[in-house]
Amino acid sequence: MHPTVENITQSINQVILGKHQQVRLALTCLLAGGHLLIEDLPGMGKTTLAHALAQVFGLAFSRVQFTSDLLPADVLGVSVYDRNTSSFQFHQGPIFSNILLADEVNRATPKTQSALLEAMEEYQVSVDGDTLPLPNPFFVIATQNPKHNIGTFPLPESQLDRFLMRISLGYPDPASERSLLKKQGGRALDQKPSTICSSESLLNLQSAVEKIHVSDAVLDYLQALIQHTRTELDTGLSPRASLGLRKCAQAWALCENRDYVIPEDIQAVFPSIATHRLEEDSNTNIAEKIIQNVAI
Amino acid sequence: MFEGTSDTMTQKTLSSHHLYWLLVSLGSALALHSIHLPIWITVTTAGLGIWRYFIDKKHWALPKLRWLILLTLLICIGLLFSYGSSFGRDASVSLLLIMSGMKLLETKTVRDYILIISIAYFIVASTYVFSQTASTFLLSLIPLTLLTATLVQTSLPQTLNSRLAFKLAGKMLLQSIPLMLVLFVLFPRLPGPIWGISKDAYSGMTGLDDVLELGDVGHLIRNSSVAFRVQFDENIPSANQLYWRGPVLWRQQQNQWLTTESNVPLSHESLMTTGIPIDYTITLEPHNRHWLLLLDMPTKLPDLATLRHDYTAVAKSPVRTRIRYQATSSGQYTLSSELSPQQRKIALAINRDNNLEAISLGQSWAQLPADVIINKALKKFNQEPFVYTLRPPRLSSNAIDDFLFKTQKGFCEHYASSFVFLMRAAGVPARIVTGYQGGEINPNGNYLIVRQSDAHAWAEVWLKNKGWVRIDPTAAVAPERIEQGIEEALTEMDELPIFVRQNATWLKKAYLNWDNINNTWNQWILGYDNKRQLAFLNKLSGEKLSLSDIAISMIVAMLVMMLVTAVLLLTKKQGKPSLVDRQYAQHIKQLSKIGVQPQIGEGSVDFAYRIGQLLPKQAKQAINIATLYNELKYGPLQNNSQMRQSKQLQLLKQMIQTFHRSKA
Repeated sequence: MHPTVENITQSINQVILGKHQQVRLALTCLLAGGHLLIEDLPGMGKTTLAHALAQVFGLAFSRVQFTSDLLPADVLGVSVYDRNTSSFQFHQGPIFSNILLADEVNRATPKTQSALLEAMEEYQVSVDGDTLPLPNPFFVIATQNPKHNIGTFPLPESQLDRFLMRISLGYPDPASERSLLKKQGGRALDQKPSTICSSESLLNLQSAVEKIHVSDAVLDYLQALIQHTRTELDTGLSPRASLGLRKCAQAWALCENRDYVIPEDIQAVFPSIATHRLEEDSNTNIAEKIIQNVAI
Repeated sequence: MFEGTSDTMTQKTLSSHHLYWLLVSLGSALALHSIHLPIWITVTTAGLGIWRYFIDKKHWALPKLRWLILLTLLICIGLLFSYGSSFGRDASVSLLLIMSGMKLLETKTVRDYILIISIAYFIVASTYVFSQTASTFLLSLIPLTLLTATLVQTSLPQTLNSRLAFKLAGKMLLQSIPLMLVLFVLFPRLPGPIWGISKDAYSGMTGLDDVLELGDVGHLIRNSSVAFRVQFDENIPSANQLYWRGPVLWRQQQNQWLTTESNVPLSHESLMTTGIPIDYTITLEPHNRHWLLLLDMPTKLPDLATLRHDYTAVAKSPVRTRIRYQATSSGQYTLSSELSPQQRKIALAINRDNNLEAISLGQSWAQLPADVIINKALKKFNQEPFVYTLRPPRLSSNAIDDFLFKTQKGFCEHYASSFVFLMRAAGVPARIVTGYQGGEINPNGNYLIVRQSDAHAWAEVWLKNKGWVRIDPTAAVAPERIEQGIEEALTEMDELPIFVRQNATWLKKAYLNWDNINNTWNQWILGYDNKRQLAFLNKLSGEKLSLSDIAISMIVAMLVMMLVTAVLLLTKKQGKPSLVDRQYAQHIKQLSKIGVQPQIGEGSVDFAYRIGQLLPKQAKQAINIATLYNELKYGPLQNNSQMRQSKQLQLLKQMIQTFHRSKA
């Protein structure tokens, strides 16, 4: 494994116990420069994971708890009249940070959700007719609860497509839960992972991802997967998804400390990229089926 | 081909890159023709190409239609001036070349390019109408390869670098060889040429004339081109036996000597031979005359020859293609022991108006026996300061007197004609025989090369009881001409073609090698005519074949080849499995014997882990194989790492072998 990536994962794994695969995927998503959607029941460690990711990279982190009465200005910022200068002064909202944790994103109204749209795709916000760039790097890590839909506004497909990956954490295995229970204090958020790398080295890693070699043979396989979703299912994967798939596979290869992509890299990231974009019940595990049906 | 994709072909334009390729390959085809076409054709066509180059380079507009029409008219007028009304081979090839140059000026789309390339192929093929030598063939391969590479460039959507284009073109040309061989061997050969080639095709041929005018043979001697080649069944006779008989000249008119008139019927001379028969095969280069050269004296004639009364072999029509014939000759003979009064009259006739001095000298010998007269004449040549030279001084209308008593410098025909003249004046029947003498043995193929420079003239005198006896007066002056060939007989002053001179040894050796190649080429490629084809195929099949059998077998062979190609193309999976994939497929095949097979969508690493669970001892080996396979298949190909790549491939092969050996 890539030495820096290994340090980071070890550090996060001390906080999120027994979720190696999910941690790897989340990291891959960040290295590929995409936004992450974590979906699970309450209390599974979604927020802890998002927090740990921000912490380990030493990035500016802000968190917004989405509720149905949250307004766009609460996320983006607001212009306030300053009496001393007799002018409106823009006060940056929580979105002006490196990592924005949008907790329970589906609880906010569509109006607020769509305020995130521009920010997520174009890395800028428009307030009062001014366009303001967001810091670099910028990630949105959103969490949502798949069940208990009363009083929620499910994210529309357009918004879902903007999340590069969706992952679920799932229940911990007994051993991990035991060690969690044995810990002093108990509250996971109290334990903070040590900061391992700077935002510059994150940017370096991101540019290294771009340089990972993708051979034609691998692209053939990638296209075969995408094509399969388009011919066999009602709604196929978009070109944005295939671009994301390529990038995530590169990032995964980087994590494996390899300078070229192999089909297994694609297979590793494919379910997280495909499932939330395909109009299927997430429980059917459609992505695994596709992988098993497309020859390498 | 054009219709199917006409839309894209007529609309798609090509880049400058393609234009340059086209210009270069068309230029090479033009260069092939430049030696035998008028210079203005070459210059104009090249000029049109350069114009097209600048149109592209400077972004000029293509010329308007009316200018093209005007230019075409001008070119047609030029052709009319060059060739007159006879529209033969040269004129049509010139037209083809220059019009392909004109076509460049309206070339924009892929379709135009492909049209010009097709025409250029035809231009290359038309070289063979001018020359069919091995060197022409080898030279024509250059434009052929260039054209194919251009076609490759034009047909592919992306531009290739030139090395790849040449590689692909070479591959395609090599792939066409089987088809070429089938066509060569099986395409029914028709007796005679397929196209009637107009007369201008034969204008350049040299050979012996049936007229000897003092000065003529000297012209021939300076020409080192091959007259014919001889393959002897047994040993090659000694040089002084190698008299190749051509036209026999009887009649003297001023300074000219001519053959007998065909309307005067003369009885056939009788021949009695005593020596060992010599069998040989001659490959005669075309010389546009009837003569078939044979060794003195022919006893068995080739089928195509008839004998004239004076033992000159002639063909029914002028020799315009290279022919091969077999004959038998004998060196010891008696020709025409009796002489008819008519023959005697012709053999004694001389023009008594000129050359009075020579006549009186001859008459002064008239009372002596014939053999003494001959000796006296030869002695004159031998003892007086006669010089053998290829650059004799000019002679007046009294040529023989001038030569015998004043200049005393000349070559074979001077000696032969004055000798015959003296004999006739002295009352001994005599005649001039022209032909070739000697030849050069090519040790590489053990055959004799006789060149135009070996042309010779000698005399025959008729003696009672002995018949016509060959006397070579040149031998009295320059015996080395007869014994060792022409280069020995000459002084430094005489210019000889370089290949005839002995001292250029390495060059000569190279030349002899090349001549051997040419000889083989002539015999096996050009000489493969309808007779040879039938003989060869009969031998091959063991049955007697007809022309239609050959045609049918050719069609069947072509169909089989097309079928095989089609099957190969259709069954071939998309993309040839690479070497890496073939190695890995071997691995999987071996594994399937123990019941392990990769599932659909199972990557090699995942598969290796599964193998590891089944064969725990070899888990590491399996994963190493998968890792190396992945690296070779998906890894980046660094520059100049081809060596490494093949080493890695070798390593993979070893690893797979070791894996399966230790499994067992």
